[in-house]
Amino acid sequence: MNAKLANRVATIIITSFAYLIILILAGLLGYILYNGLSVIDWDFVTSPPESLSAGGGIGPQLFNSFYLLILTMLITTPLGLGAGIYLSQYAPKNKLTNGIRTSIEVLSSLPSIVVGLFGLLIFVTYTGWGYSLISGALALAVFNLPLMVRITEEAIETVPKEQIEASLALGISKWKTITHVILPAAIPGILTGTILASGRVFGEAAALLFTAGMSSPALDFTSMDITSSSHPLNPFRPAETLAVHIWKVNTEGLIPDAREVADGASAILVLSVLVFNITARWFGSWIYRRITSHS
Amino acid sequence: MSKQKWENTLGRTLTLICAAILLITAISITYFIGSKGLATFFKNDVSIGEFLTGTQWNPDGEPGKFGAFPFIFGSFVVTFLAVAIAAPLSIGAAIYMTEIKPRFGKKVLKPVIELLVGIPSVVYGFIGLSVLVPFIRNTFDDTMGFSILAGGIVLSVMIIPTITSLAADALEAVPQDLRNASLALGATRWQTIWRVVLRTALPGILTAMVLGMSRAFGEALAVQMVIGNTTALPTSILDPTNTLTSGITANMGNTIAGTVANNALWSMSLLLLIMSFVFILLIRLIGKKKVM
Repeated sequence: MNAKLANRVATIIITSFAYLIILILAGLLGYILYNGLSVIDWDFVTSPPESLSAGGGIGPQLFNSFYLLILTMLITTPLGLGAGIYLSQYAPKNKLTNGIRTSIEVLSSLPSIVVGLFGLLIFVTYTGWGYSLISGALALAVFNLPLMVRITEEAIETVPKEQIEASLALGISKWKTITHVILPAAIPGILTGTILASGRVFGEAAALLFTAGMSSPALDFTSMDITSSSHPLNPFRPAETLAVHIWKVNTEGLIPDAREVADGASAILVLSVLVFNITARWFGSWIYRRITSHS
Repeated sequence: MSKQKWENTLGRTLTLICAAILLITAISITYFIGSKGLATFFKNDVSIGEFLTGTQWNPDGEPGKFGAFPFIFGSFVVTFLAVAIAAPLSIGAAIYMTEIKPRFGKKVLKPVIELLVGIPSVVYGFIGLSVLVPFIRNTFDDTMGFSILAGGIVLSVMIIPTITSLAADALEAVPQDLRNASLALGATRWQTIWRVVLRTALPGILTAMVLGMSRAFGEALAVQMVIGNTTALPTSILDPTNTLTSGITANMGNTIAGTVANNALWSMSLLLLIMSFVFILLIRLIGKKKVM
């Protein structure tokens, strides 16, 4: 009767919603990869972009994205580890701890454009660095830090209590226990989380428009002078990343092949994020198997 | 002091400094955005009432007009549209993953959906621009395609993975005993889902929706690419409009720091900041089961 009919109707509706979502998302991925892969070739990935004519590549942008990711992680990882250790091992129940936890919540829910504006105010204007890799990396660090802290805390939580207590019972100091017992055991979780976080950093654009900038100087990979703005590793040069480039070619529309460039760049961006995710999953289960088979 | 004690103190202090940096960053963001944003009203004497409710936006005019209502309205409309599209689909998919085909859901669907959470938002914007906007232009008369509808759909696709994976977590956390008890009483699967599982998971599902909403509200580039960026109040869902984030994105580079036109953009970002506080508050209230 009615209950049975309702059951059947509801199941059909829910199933169709699920399939609709799968269809949309699969179509999205397929569209990006299909259109992008026909554009991508060695020349596209390595040559610099054209400013007004067709046929430009995305070489410097791709380099900038990776370099910025490394700089960001260099800043975020130690800070996130430290804060995560403090919150999971030391933090007493008091106002300060509450304040820190609320800050994490606030920072992780900030729109990235607001983080970018803060970066514009402090790292770009106040310090006088201008649009630069370092400003971009610091803004991305603000954006990524709360995630890093959460990853560290969660990884530390999975370390068995007995292991920590055994170490302390042996008379090993708290700090030695943290660095020699807890951290090694938590490293797999932390690494997996870090790789996932890298994917997020890699695709971020809004926080970079007004910090790392929307232009990239011509890079000279043979340059030896790191203070020169054409030296690829100079952290004080402006650097447009891949994600920002996709936005710029579409909104400015100065090059005739904006569509193709954006197609190729989107595919590379999506592929990179997929690689980050799959690596993280594979690495996580690989390390899990190694640890469990030895114990 | 012994070496051990010294080491302990040093370790504790170092990690405390790292944690304190988070606190300092959050406070300074609030302070700097707050003071820049309020300067429009206290230094440039723009009235707060005009800013929040005025519909004329012409910062370069003589005298300048600073009615940001079209931006605020645009932000809320696209956000609600996005959640209205995404929430039923996502919750449906989450139910499918956890209640109807749990093994397929856990093994295949959930990892894939989590993977999609990581797709950069510019990519969503670009697909919106190259597929959705032309589609709307060709389907309906008298429209360029850049519209509230386009913005809402792009945002909804962007937040579907977020809401789905969080809602699935909430549904998974419902104890199996509750389902068994309900089924043992002769309830159908749908009755069990509707009256037991969804009720129990409601706080988690609401949290998922609020997080999706906050992501949509704060998204800048994906919206900016498809919304049309006009400052007139829209009269239909097919009209172009503007949002707080897209207004900031499009104009920040063209205004000079310190001018009223520039400060007004900071006031918009202050509004974004306040809204993200509101979303946090909402999530906390849901956690305490006060909003239901």
